[in-house]
Amino acid sequence: MTPERLARGHELVARYPRPQSALVPFLQYCQEQDGYVTLQAMRDAAELVGITPGEVESIASFYTLLFKAPAGKHIVQVCRTLSCMLRGAEDLQAYIKRRLGIGHLETSADGQYYYEEVECLAACDRAPCLQHNLEYHYDVTPASFDKLLDSWQASAPAPAMPAE
Amino acid sequence: MATFEPVIMKGIGESDLADIDVYERGGGFSVLRKVMSDMTPDAVAAVVTESNLRGRGGAGFPTGRKWSFLPKDGRPRYLVCNCDEAEPGTFKDRMLLEKTPLQLIEGLVISAYAMGAKQAYIYIRGEFLEGSRIFRRALAAAQSRNYLGDRILGSDFSLDLVVHRGAGAYICGEETAQLESIEGRRGEPRLKPPFPAVAGLYGMPTVVNNVETLCYVKHIIERGAQWFAKIGPEKSPGPKIMSVSGHVRQPGNYEIPLGIPARELIDEYAGGLLPGRKLKAFQPGGASSAALFEEDLDVGIDFDSLAAKRTMLGSGGFVVMDDTACMVNCARTLTRFFEHESCGQCTPCREGGQWVARMVARLEAGEGSQEDLRVLNVINNTITGTNLCPLGDSIMPFLSSVLKRFPDEFAAHVAHGACPIKDVTAVVA
Repeated sequence: MTPERLARGHELVARYPRPQSALVPFLQYCQEQDGYVTLQAMRDAAELVGITPGEVESIASFYTLLFKAPAGKHIVQVCRTLSCMLRGAEDLQAYIKRRLGIGHLETSADGQYYYEEVECLAACDRAPCLQHNLEYHYDVTPASFDKLLDSWQASAPAPAMPAE
Repeated sequence: MATFEPVIMKGIGESDLADIDVYERGGGFSVLRKVMSDMTPDAVAAVVTESNLRGRGGAGFPTGRKWSFLPKDGRPRYLVCNCDEAEPGTFKDRMLLEKTPLQLIEGLVISAYAMGAKQAYIYIRGEFLEGSRIFRRALAAAQSRNYLGDRILGSDFSLDLVVHRGAGAYICGEETAQLESIEGRRGEPRLKPPFPAVAGLYGMPTVVNNVETLCYVKHIIERGAQWFAKIGPEKSPGPKIMSVSGHVRQPGNYEIPLGIPARELIDEYAGGLLPGRKLKAFQPGGASSAALFEEDLDVGIDFDSLAAKRTMLGSGGFVVMDDTACMVNCARTLTRFFEHESCGQCTPCREGGQWVARMVARLEAGEGSQEDLRVLNVINNTITGTNLCPLGDSIMPFLSSVLKRFPDEFAAHVAHGACPIKDVTAVVA
């Protein structure tokens, strides 16, 4: 483990009465740096909180916002639950998939974009909605998605999954 | 037009209540000051009990009673604020977190004081990154003015609050799954009893309260138990935020006095149906609730009136479906949700959820059979009531209710091999 990572790990552990509570926050921190939860991060986490790497993997696999493989610099998550479906999410999903050239749970060949249809994002009053790197976009239409895409391509990519 | 004066939504959209100066100018933290100088913890708890506040997260359990279950045995006790809002159709806690985080902090500190918790956690849904950032800033500001931390406002009471972000799992909104998740494990619900009040976080006495519930505590202490208890029905009193979405003109969060008819919520608050449309169905309490229909529009929006209709208020996610909605499509969306979110511990939820979702998807695609319909009509008995937590029991209510009310629509998907509704709306559009 790098000294920097170990130091952050100790900070997170100090927040809680028991070290294991820091496991997911530590993995979120590693993911922010590495783009996904690497095998090394899981080994580091196991060492930090005192459980086996296998247990860490089991726990990490439970949570959908912890990526176990490189996903993309831009993570596009479109809501697929009832309120958005009633407001045209299916047509929007079809459009975005065509535009990005990838399907559900896929990454573009250049590694830039990852697309996923996700469950309710708690923004049902502004449906259909999506998140790009956990930032909300509301009332999305094909035209407004095109503008978003242009802005994403122009901006320098921040961490796709910020830890805090 | 609706005339109810908002309580916890007051000022949202008018001023930046996440700014501590703005919040204080509007009277913010004056209730906490009063509590710290004039009230004992028991006195605070007594007011909350007398108000008959029922939890706003979904289960509707009386908050004061929940607090009273904490054993007085000297062990450390914890307050956990549940901000893992993920019930489809519900978006009130995210609004409260982002727009009025200091009100939440004030309610949380008062509640922790009442139950004698020196350590609190807030579990914020992983997707609410922006909300968690706003909350952390608000928390730092509140700490800098001694509304949290050591010896709050010169009293003997100290409270530390840790922000814990989720990482994507609907089930972590269930209180024991949430405790497992904070302890750094898979978010799998625990067998109850023991209840969290006896053996909760780290095995210690713990209360898990929803964001909206804690916000109301502040106002109940300020305005008195009777003020709250006299709003709405006697056994289900108070205001409540309803998140209205789907086929209405003005989707949004509306704070209502509990007990108003569903019709009023749709027509007066949410602006009514879209032009030229007819109501087909509505879900009063999120994806887990059974649907109601046109003939139910006079039902009161409160815990007991909705329970009497075999559905529930739940978390207040009110989803309206008009005559352009295909019930098979709606059921497919929601059964897929539960299939996706099952933690996998209990067989009826894990396996049943998968098979139900597959059958409904088949029906929607026009590939279903009479046998699928027969199974869907009887499977309720083997899935519902056979799981550790309420998720498994949430798979069937919506599906069963629309299957019973619109059997012809389901049968038509089998007979025509396609959706009859979509054909009709395509022609109309």
